[in-house]
Amino acid sequence: MSGADRRSAVGNVGRGLSYEEPLSFERSRPGRVGYSLPGLDVPAVDPAALLPAGSLRGRPPLLPELSELDVVRHFTRLSTWNAAVDLGLYPLGSCTMKYNPKLNERAARLPGFALAHPLQPTALMQGFLALAFELEQALCEISGMDRVSLQPAAGAQGELAGIMMVRAWQTARGERRHKVLIPDTAHGTNPASAALNGYEVVSVPSGRDGILHPEAVAAAMSEDVAALMITNPNTLGLFETHIAEIAEIVHAQGGLVYGDGANLNALLGIARPGDLGIDVMHFNLHKTFSTPHGGGGPGAGPVGIKNLLAPHLPSPVIRRSDAGPPRFELDYDRPLSIGRLHGNFGNVGMIVRAWAYIRSLGPEGLRRCTDMAVLNANYLLARLRGTFHVPIDAPVMHECIVSDKSFAESGVTTLDVAKRLIDYGYHPPTTYFPLVVPGALMIEPTESESLEGLDRFADALLAIADEAREEPELVKTAPHHTRLNRLDETRAARKPVLRWQPGPA
Amino acid sequence: MLDAIGAPSLDALFETIPEKLRLGRPLLLPPALSEQEVLQALSRLSARNANLDSHAWFLGAGTYPHFLPSAVDALISRAEFMTAYTPYQPEISQGTLQAIFEWQTMICALTGLEVANASLYDGASATAEAVLMALRVTQRRKVVASAALHPNYRDVVKSYLGGLDVEWLQAPRGADGRTAELAGLVDRDTACVLLQQPNFLGCIEDVAAAAREAHAVAAALVVSVNEALSLALLEAPGSQGADIVCGEAQSFGVPMSLGGPHLGFLAAREKQVRQLPGRLVGETRDSRGKRGFVLTLATREQHIRREKATSNICTNQGLCLLMATIYLSLLGPQGLRRLAEINLAKAEYLKRRVRESAGLGLPLSAAGFNECVVSVPDSGERALARALEGGAVGGLDLAASHPELGPAVLVCATELVSRSQIDALVGALAGAAR
Repeated sequence: MSGADRRSAVGNVGRGLSYEEPLSFERSRPGRVGYSLPGLDVPAVDPAALLPAGSLRGRPPLLPELSELDVVRHFTRLSTWNAAVDLGLYPLGSCTMKYNPKLNERAARLPGFALAHPLQPTALMQGFLALAFELEQALCEISGMDRVSLQPAAGAQGELAGIMMVRAWQTARGERRHKVLIPDTAHGTNPASAALNGYEVVSVPSGRDGILHPEAVAAAMSEDVAALMITNPNTLGLFETHIAEIAEIVHAQGGLVYGDGANLNALLGIARPGDLGIDVMHFNLHKTFSTPHGGGGPGAGPVGIKNLLAPHLPSPVIRRSDAGPPRFELDYDRPLSIGRLHGNFGNVGMIVRAWAYIRSLGPEGLRRCTDMAVLNANYLLARLRGTFHVPIDAPVMHECIVSDKSFAESGVTTLDVAKRLIDYGYHPPTTYFPLVVPGALMIEPTESESLEGLDRFADALLAIADEAREEPELVKTAPHHTRLNRLDETRAARKPVLRWQPGPA
Repeated sequence: MLDAIGAPSLDALFETIPEKLRLGRPLLLPPALSEQEVLQALSRLSARNANLDSHAWFLGAGTYPHFLPSAVDALISRAEFMTAYTPYQPEISQGTLQAIFEWQTMICALTGLEVANASLYDGASATAEAVLMALRVTQRRKVVASAALHPNYRDVVKSYLGGLDVEWLQAPRGADGRTAELAGLVDRDTACVLLQQPNFLGCIEDVAAAAREAHAVAAALVVSVNEALSLALLEAPGSQGADIVCGEAQSFGVPMSLGGPHLGFLAAREKQVRQLPGRLVGETRDSRGKRGFVLTLATREQHIRREKATSNICTNQGLCLLMATIYLSLLGPQGLRRLAEINLAKAEYLKRRVRESAGLGLPLSAAGFNECVVSVPDSGERALARALEGGAVGGLDLAASHPELGPAVLVCATELVSRSQIDALVGALAGAAR
């Protein structure tokens, strides 16, 4: 079969109508406005007379001038250039691109959430505080942690908060430690968050079996180590089997264990970080709890802790009154708190969506997410094994890793396979991560996909493997069916053009 | 599926989790609800929160009530925007990438600077990132911050600096409401002066003067903007000498949403682009020479540089950025200016009514935009309670954060409030019986 035949046999896309669209600035026409402003019911003012000399804007900002229809067409057309979960399988490893139920969108738009203000009196936001309190409780139960703060706006900010609490705890004990241990399979945010806290990062090698071994941690551990940051399951999709023993080693020398919750989707109702020796962790509501990824945020990264860190939680903390009918207050009087991470309470819109998701699924539904996510990942691995090189062949959790090693002869790389997958109508998996696997393709199908959906995706990957042997040039020059061909990233970085500027008139 | 895997049961897939580490019981969570029941429960919770639909709204203080044009939510609800992720694969993410490029261009235009990133979590963390950037650029360890910075912003910046060896000095507020005495505080160890424009109390700062003070000791001037709509009316801080302009763009079409998700922005000068935190989108060509956009200069970022990255941030606030980009495209330069003038006129009318009212006063004489401090006769708490009785969320009680002002509230007036609502608020704050 030729590439074209294969693509039409097992691909996910046909031929479509693709619109061209310039930048909004290039569509601009003087005097056009896409907005109707109310008339003034108070006297008009002269800004020049009211504002101090020199503070009034001299030149209007360079913004496009467009009608509402111009704007609607512009952004609708742009949207058609994106792949998305609602269009098809989006198996981006470690990102958990599961389906985002539409109910959640409706929930976040209710006026008492979308149109309420963070500084209105607490008596006027009891509905929100009750919901946030309930979500904290649910996350505690799901994770086995004692307390949760919903404040961090994303996983990386949750990490920052978590490591700040570790530092605050040790400072309160009169200690000053300087190092944080991080396995070589970790996300880049882990070392970056530790460094932002002033810690020196020590990388700990994982074993040939892809997981961390107690001996490696013991060798790196000392009384100068503040914490170990660990992701479980790790980024190879493997459960860290020795986690309990590793946590003991760290605890024995006064260190704490940070759990990166990026891969929590593999553990719902099965095992809880808090029962594995984790002292502090973050959740990614946009991964595990289905809030939409939005083209790169907003997410939400609540942080969970064991009681020993409770005095250091970000401020304020939501408190339920002990007596009488449930009433919720904000507690700012926390002298040992690490302070604020967010200007307000965090990404409340995401908090509402996650609450709706957990209430929709209940305990059995959450457990079933994990069962199906793990089943799907193992099934894909089984379909790909034999054709794709599997660097560490062990039972996986929610994601699996294959590599481009099997195509070494033809020179086809992971990047090429990823780009060719686009021609078949799929968003590619995460590529070249984790760093410990050369040419990694990290595939996380999530629980959302059906068996036939997985089979079709596996067929596409297998078809590309055939192409890599028979027509390697076809794969190396992919994608061929997108509006744009492969983009020159080197050129973009060499002479950065980071904004539009009007050309000479 | 289990046959294909070669596993005897679903449970067998979890065999790598030692038995003693498993939960071994169902999660203790409330049982699943139907869609209808979840929505009913949420509607009940929603009804217990005051909001723009239920009250006249004079509370700003960092989160501003503005009208949300219908096209914004309609467009960001396109699933292709909402259910995509970070544009790692540019060939199938051009929609998101081009929108970010347009946003970067708009932020440069509004701030008067040359490079802007693809957004940060919120105004507070953007301000923290701006200060961290100034520390990297100058290789100095001292920050001189205005006392009139939003208290929550100050707290967030200090949290971010907590693990680093940084000296924090506060420049006091003068009697007119503006930051004073910078000259005596900055020196050759100062990395940056941090100013908010307009400041937390609604006063317009003299950015050009602050820039002169900062630049005299080769320090950077960081200007943080809470109320982004002010940028339509006030001179671009970058044109007045600010080196980094950061802040909160929630005012541009992003719902207040109890404080988040909002939209942090950060802009700087081109020569410092490699010290910028966060995602950046740049223009390039595809293999046929067609224009396209990609994430670029990633060697600043955590997924490449790990502990040596300029920030630990991974994503941005993609969908909120899109709201603001659509909003600014709808308003355009004239619409935005006109809207800012409406805000100014409403605030001026409020001030006039305050001046005319016995018992009320304007303790700060500096000019403002759409927000001001109003002195009340008894206490901020009681004055706001009276406003609430009349159906208005009347502002922020300053008793806790600014006791030196005496009984006072911070009041904002945007296009959402009517003349009669302003009249009623002024009456309530003054204590007139309704």
